[in-house]
Amino acid sequence: MPVTVKIPAPLRPLTANQGEVAVENAATVQAALEELARKYPGIKDKLLDDKGALRRYVNLFRNDEDVRHAKGLGTELREGDRLTIVPAIAGGC
Amino acid sequence: MILDSLTQAVGNTPMVRLRSLEPPGVEIHAKLEWFNPGGSVKDRAALRMVQEAVSTLRGRTLLDSTSGNTGIAYAWIGAALHIPVALVMPGNVSEARKRIARHFGARIIFSDALEQSDGAIRLARKLVEDEPEKWFYIDQYSNEANPRAHELGTAREIWDQTEGRVTHAVIGIGTGGTIMGTGRGLKARNRAVKVIAVEPAEALHGLEGLKHMPSSIVPRIYKESEIDRKLSIATDLGWDMAERLISDEGLLAGHSAGAAAVGALQVAHELAGRGERGVVVTLFPDRADRYISPP
Repeated sequence: MPVTVKIPAPLRPLTANQGEVAVENAATVQAALEELARKYPGIKDKLLDDKGALRRYVNLFRNDEDVRHAKGLGTELREGDRLTIVPAIAGGC
Repeated sequence: MILDSLTQAVGNTPMVRLRSLEPPGVEIHAKLEWFNPGGSVKDRAALRMVQEAVSTLRGRTLLDSTSGNTGIAYAWIGAALHIPVALVMPGNVSEARKRIARHFGARIIFSDALEQSDGAIRLARKLVEDEPEKWFYIDQYSNEANPRAHELGTAREIWDQTEGRVTHAVIGIGTGGTIMGTGRGLKARNRAVKVIAVEPAEALHGLEGLKHMPSSIVPRIYKESEIDRKLSIATDLGWDMAERLISDEGLLAGHSAGAAAVGALQVAHELAGRGERGVVVTLFPDRADRYISPP
């Protein structure tokens, strides 16, 4: 069940500079992140804190919906969904 | 006193002592830049850049890329001086910032949120390349009037407010304008003053207004050789400190102010640990209400 994960510029050094990555076996946001981390070690720490919760300054959108407004990391994904990692802030100045 | 224009109220911000954070023998002072009319330190640079550009605009619209505070500064200064302003902002700029800039009449052009502020820089460059007759690209990242505002203003104020006793300046880096200019102005008065930069620890961070230089387009005005030292601050530490400043000190500090305070505290404790005295000055760029979005 492939979904597309969109990667923000600051994380692309971890995904061989790809802005979009397809992941399989992603029934939930959590599963998609696990799968992403399996392919690209190091990315999980950037997104989740040491308790496994989504970092306060990272937003995840299932298509156009903020997953915090759905079921958080338990939000279900369907084939063809787009999961976008959006930094909570726009950057410097 | 009656001001002829609100632009005359830029600068001369208050400095407050953070006694409860101080280790023995070291003073910590914070300059509260949200007292500027536009609510942030960026008023200083924006005003100086606009003033130095105004005679060469020739009817063009002033354009720059910004993640927020510089945009708000250009927007209100443009309204006050009757200069048209357009801002390129990443799509994920906070709602509060978008609304404020729009109210001042600025035109906002959005760039890809995933490309962050570097994406906004690239889009601004492209707009100017495509229609050079339409835009005056003021470019806060390359404009020497940006650090000059701090060399002539912020540094002098810090010197006067501490009566020349400042030993360390701990300042966040965004464009680098504040630290470059303040550092130059302070070192010109006393070469022994140490200039210490605060940088987000990681490329993906939550310290709005600060730039992680190793993963960013490095601004032309930023010259690392002029800085004595760089401190990497984790987002969570900056956010927690901002909350502490709000609830324990009554200072409605934004996240970059929190990170700056973490840096100042680290420097102060290192000095105290060596049994040295010092006067550490930091700068709080903006207030937390810039981050509070409507529900």
